[in-house]
Amino acid sequence: MLAFLAILGIAIIRLDSLFAAVMLTGIYSLVAACLYIEMDAVDVAFTEAAVGGGIATLLFLSTIALTSNREKSGNQEKSGSQEKPGSKNSLPAFIVVMLTGAVLMFGVSDIPKFGDSSAPAHQYLSDRYINQSPQEIGVPNMVTSVLASYRGYDTMGEVTVIFTAGIAVLMLLGRGFRSNTRRTRVKTDTKSSQGKRSTGE
Amino acid sequence: MEHHLVLRVIAKLLIPLILLFALYVQFHGDYGPGGGFQAGVIFASAFILYSLIFGVGNARSVISFNLLRVISASGLLLYIGVGVVALISGGNFLDYNVLLSDPVHGQHLGILVIEFGVGMTVAAVMMMTFFVFARP
Repeated sequence: MLAFLAILGIAIIRLDSLFAAVMLTGIYSLVAACLYIEMDAVDVAFTEAAVGGGIATLLFLSTIALTSNREKSGNQEKSGSQEKPGSKNSLPAFIVVMLTGAVLMFGVSDIPKFGDSSAPAHQYLSDRYINQSPQEIGVPNMVTSVLASYRGYDTMGEVTVIFTAGIAVLMLLGRGFRSNTRRTRVKTDTKSSQGKRSTGE
Repeated sequence: MEHHLVLRVIAKLLIPLILLFALYVQFHGDYGPGGGFQAGVIFASAFILYSLIFGVGNARSVISFNLLRVISASGLLLYIGVGVVALISGGNFLDYNVLLSDPVHGQHLGILVIEFGVGMTVAAVMMMTFFVFARP
């Protein structure tokens, strides 16, 4: 299934039609959700299927409806190195990517194996949660008790992040914040060309 | 979108079920997989399905943009409010044990309320984002 994910990723990079690429990202999310279920992480799989497979695909589609459904070749600075494989930019970029990948792989080799019972996380933390949380919290789904009670502060931060992201989208796409449009336009220029095009309308 | 009869009928059948499933995921998160994040996304997807088939204008007359802004902020405020109430009742911030006389029931109530706050914020932000993107 991991190999399938890799194949899907390469296909998404190489595709020229953005519509097909968006559809493939949806399939990618669903395959990833199946992978999480295989690892018994049902809550994560649920989130991946709902957010990655549902909402993210929809938002990509509506972005395409706002802009265009083909990748621009030529004058776009974003896809310049991708379109001309022989250009000057591609070799340093390739080296940087390979170096980063090598460092990441080196880091991964230190992570304990999946399901390894001698991993640090399983030494005391999991025991504590599994043994104590039925008495302390009394909620059968342990993921919920960890997420909402033991790590309640983290979850509050996540909700704040989502709220802030919503406000940022509102400001960038300028509805209801008319007086602020000029100030945000400066920021928009550094963002991707999609944001530029939709605020310019 | 006037002539898609099959789509319209099926959507009318499905939307109440999706909303119901979202509420189930929301309030059953203590016992099975699910919780505020997933429920919010599912709830929003029901509205997005409605606006895809019956038009964004109709959907925005069902739930107005200002209402969504209020909901998204009040979800977060509800979450923080639970923490402040716990603080006032003599515990730490977000310590649900002090909410009710029985610590376990207090935990239960606290988790239920903050998950509801999470669901409100997520659903409202998702709908807002979609409405902004789907500007005609």
